Amino acid sequence: MFDLLWLIPALPFAGFLFLVFAGNLPRAAIAATGCASVGLSTIIALLIGYRFLMSPPPGNAYTQTLWTWIETETFAPSIAFHLDALSLVMILVITGVGFLIHVYSAEYMESDEGYQRFFAYLNLFVGFMLVLVLADNFVLLLLGWEGVGLCSYLLIGFWYRDPENGKAARKAFVVTRIGDTALLIGLFLLFAELGTLHIQDVLDRAGEQWAPGSGLAVAASLLLLGGAIGKSAQLPLQTWLPDAMAGPTPVSALIHAATMVTAGVYLIARTHILYELAPVVMAVVAVIGAATLLVAGFSALVQSDIKRVLAYSTISQLGYMFLALGVGAWSAAMFHFMTHALFKALLFLAAGALILSLHHEQNMFRMGGLRKKLPVVFWTFLIGAISLAALPLIGSGFYSKEKVLWDVWISPHGGAGLWAAGVAGAVVTALYTFRMVFLTFFGKTKTEVSHRPGKRVVTVLIILAVLSTFGGGVELPHTFGHVTFFSEFLGTAIATEVTLPPGLDAELWTLLVIASGLVLLGLLTAWFFHIKRPELPELIVESLSGSLLQRFWMSGWGFDRLYGTLIVKPFTAAARINRRDAVDFIYTLAAAIVRALHVLLSETQTGRLRWYALVLGAGTVALLLIAFSS
Amino acid sequence: MILVWIIAIPLLGGLAAWAAGVRSASAPRWIALATTAVPLLVALSLWGTDADGPWIATFEAAWIPSAGIEFYLAIDGLGLLFVILTYFLGVLSVVVSWNSVTDRPGFFYLNLLWILGGTAGVFTALDLFLFFFCWELMVLPMYFIIGIWGHENRNYAAIKFFLFTQASGLLLLIAILGLHFAHAAETGIHTFRYDDLLGTTLSPGLGMGLMLGFFVAFAVKLPAFPFHTWLADAHTEAPTAGSVILAGLLLKTGGYGLIRFVIPLFPEASADFAPFAMTLGVIGILYGAKLAFAQSDLKRLIAYTSISHMGFVLVGVFAWNTWALQGVVVQMIAHGLSTGALFILAGGIQDRLHTRDMNLMGGFWPRAPRMAALALFFAMASLGLPGLGNFVGEFLVLLGSFQVSITATVFAALGIVGATVYSLWIIQRVFHGEPGETAGSLVDLSPRELTILGVLAIGLLGLGLYPRPVLQTAEPSVSVLQAGTHWASHNSDLRDGTYVEHTDSLPVQSTAESPVLPSRAGPLSPHGRLTPPTAAPAADSPLQANNDAATPDPHFPQ
Repeated sequence: MFDLLWLIPALPFAGFLFLVFAGNLPRAAIAATGCASVGLSTIIALLIGYRFLMSPPPGNAYTQTLWTWIETETFAPSIAFHLDALSLVMILVITGVGFLIHVYSAEYMESDEGYQRFFAYLNLFVGFMLVLVLADNFVLLLLGWEGVGLCSYLLIGFWYRDPENGKAARKAFVVTRIGDTALLIGLFLLFAELGTLHIQDVLDRAGEQWAPGSGLAVAASLLLLGGAIGKSAQLPLQTWLPDAMAGPTPVSALIHAATMVTAGVYLIARTHILYELAPVVMAVVAVIGAATLLVAGFSALVQSDIKRVLAYSTISQLGYMFLALGVGAWSAAMFHFMTHALFKALLFLAAGALILSLHHEQNMFRMGGLRKKLPVVFWTFLIGAISLAALPLIGSGFYSKEKVLWDVWISPHGGAGLWAAGVAGAVVTALYTFRMVFLTFFGKTKTEVSHRPGKRVVTVLIILAVLSTFGGGVELPHTFGHVTFFSEFLGTAIATEVTLPPGLDAELWTLLVIASGLVLLGLLTAWFFHIKRPELPELIVESLSGSLLQRFWMSGWGFDRLYGTLIVKPFTAAARINRRDAVDFIYTLAAAIVRALHVLLSETQTGRLRWYALVLGAGTVALLLIAFSS
Repeated sequence: MILVWIIAIPLLGGLAAWAAGVRSASAPRWIALATTAVPLLVALSLWGTDADGPWIATFEAAWIPSAGIEFYLAIDGLGLLFVILTYFLGVLSVVVSWNSVTDRPGFFYLNLLWILGGTAGVFTALDLFLFFFCWELMVLPMYFIIGIWGHENRNYAAIKFFLFTQASGLLLLIAILGLHFAHAAETGIHTFRYDDLLGTTLSPGLGMGLMLGFFVAFAVKLPAFPFHTWLADAHTEAPTAGSVILAGLLLKTGGYGLIRFVIPLFPEASADFAPFAMTLGVIGILYGAKLAFAQSDLKRLIAYTSISHMGFVLVGVFAWNTWALQGVVVQMIAHGLSTGALFILAGGIQDRLHTRDMNLMGGFWPRAPRMAALALFFAMASLGLPGLGNFVGEFLVLLGSFQVSITATVFAALGIVGATVYSLWIIQRVFHGEPGETAGSLVDLSPRELTILGVLAIGLLGLGLYPRPVLQTAEPSVSVLQAGTHWASHNSDLRDGTYVEHTDSLPVQSTAESPVLPSRAGPLSPHGRLTPPTAAPAADSPLQANNDAATPDPHFPQ
């Protein structure tokens, strides 16, 4: 069974190759190829997952080596896949959500001229993403890592006629590549110090050879973190993700919410041993996470484009994952990754159905009253929103977010400050989530529905709604239910650092009630501002401080402008000024001098005898003078 | 004898094509195709042959005995890879020019074939005088190709190319003669044989001077900052085949020369010079990328990317350890393929639209999806996407250079961001966006072009996913070059603060038996000596290594 592992990434690649080389295919064949390749991967992943649970391989990990890739002296990474609990969770989410989004796209993109190109890119993406999480060495991981970056670029810029989309696509690629440069240097450091880039060996050797808190562990984990924050859109490299919404909505759901952007979370979880050796960097991760979840949350609060709300919300939720990672709550981070993949994919897809129904209208202020007209979309969107806002007890998001918050509270790396940031973020989340719900589905109808979602879209929405409601059931809190299936399973790959000390039940109940109460307060506030007194938000925005704040948050806290002034403009200006290459001036100057001398000397060749006689005479006199004076 | 044929076939073929060109317009190209394909097959037949000693094949004959000049050719894995690349790109250049060269085709193919013959000679000649002869043999035909079949500003570009290469060639000649006489003074034997000249004792000043003579000649060809300014003009103005050969082959003779001659002949001077050379390499990477981004002439943009990519070669050569050198070999081959392909695409666009100005382009994707997809592929290769050849080259170079200079590696790695910027810029300006006025007259790739580019794409993919055949072919040469250069027997490697005695000339082996730490295969030590590769003891080396990263880099000006 396990030896079929290679097929999981290979099938989407095969689908990609077929779509590229088969020439113009009929739409049905395109959709069939795209969905079937990922669907088969999903089935194999499920079978392997079942087998893994029933009879785990020795050491709870299975490695399949296909061939030795680069071989020079001691550096010999292979094309090899490593399956353990962590990568299993990842591949199940990637193939499962990926498959559902493929099915959804089959309908969503049906009228697009680039149908075949779209499915080719989407298959390529799934293949690279699977390579990323299955790679048994960092070089292969990098292949997946850069590969998904390429697909992200291609799909953000999918509608390439509009230069703005191209700009957003390039921005995503370049910004993440800045982070990747740090990652790359981190890999060189790991190799120079530990002599291998095989992930498990690196972790083993680091654990043996590096003392906790050693400078090398700090440097290595910081450099890897650089890659992670780029890919996962965390401060200060978060600016590309809101613009990435230029891509088709299924792309936003798959790449920019459910899978690719969590690659940074995966990387840190995968290399958690390095981070455990560097407590300082753990603290940095936690602070970045906390800061990002707040910054992005406030930005989500003022957006008018529904996809941008979801984009900032994704950055914010990724912030929770980083916060969990930063306090060593590895399984909480992965749990939130899983539930977030489900409910955020659901929200994006439901939003996509909405947008398509309204003639590509994305501005929430031109929506409204859609509850009755698009009931399936409304209910599924609401289910997603409940999870995102972490409304108590219903929806998987509550369970994963609470787990993150508890772990932050009890972890030795955490504390009340980080917990408070997380809770504050949760309130903001409830606010912007229900602002979105109320603006689009309640109130007066502003745009007529021109199109209703078809069977494939509806089916996918319902499946995701079910999954994101009950997906949280794999892990229930200690205080009620007490299911630890997920964390125990993940524990076979990542030793959990945060363990619950006994006798904290009362404290935990208190925290839970406080957090839940605040979240409900957030919901009520949203209701008050958008249903009860809908004129209030405008009044706030019209006030001076309100409008300043609104513009500041709307623009994502001015990061784009900052980078534009500090980096982009100087670079383009320098490029423009020196277009002709100043170095060449030295050579052209030399050439010009030679030429000037040539002109000067040829002036002396006048052809007139008197002139020659004069020069001859003058020369003789000069020589004689020199001779006599010395 | 086989080596003589590898060089002689295109030279004779060139004369035949010239003669045939008088009567027929199509005969020269068939002759050219045959006389590039045959040496390619001959060279491929040598691939995988087990070498007896360091060389796979040699040929020796007396030439000018009175001056100690021999007709001495020899090929090892390194030379073989480049000879294969030469004729591989040679065949493609002939096919690329198939319909586009109509003016004096006989004379065109004479020049093309003589460049190829001269290049193959450079990669096989091991008598330094013969090497110089072949070095010069490449230049004049290229001058004609640019000057006669080039674009608008061809005369300027051709003369600039000629002056740069001639001036640097003169330095090379002086340095060769200097080495010859220094060796004669030491041993009393007048010879130009590479094997004999290795290990010539030189005073530090003389060594540095002669090394610089070689270095400048190769740095001009490579090209390295600040000797790069001929390249943009030459590449831009040359006809497509000329650009392919310039970028794919002529630049590689520079990198080859550095590996084969500069460091082995002048190990101590090179080690002293290494920090400067690596700095020049890093400047080239970043400066080239910046210049590329600023261009609106498509060919000029691609030309500047070569400067950036060749910077990695300079960094890697002077890092002088197995990873970096293997990376340099892969990088040069991959660059030959990817940049060659980009020039073919640019040439194809120019043939169709009669412009290279990207301001007039845009929106070509729907008109020419095949061209767009392939351009995207080669742009990705150029930005170092893993899975394609350039990534393997750059990764290995940086992996190796990190062991020597962290600072240089960090700055060089930033070049990858630069490559992302300019590569995506090409795609945006040419293929994305709303179709402009020029898009209408664009025709997608012909089957001939599709085949050429497809072959190049497969080559890059193969090099990216399965580079082992190339790495294994280059491995013995790299080991011999590193180990065989008679380093002094007791150099100390003070990088890690411990005084380590090195044994003499340890050949580099794949040290599977020392799994913990890579053997530090002869990094240039701060004392201006090349240290031989050592299999570091497994137990204590990580601690030594720890110190490495903590101490400031001794090799790179901070």
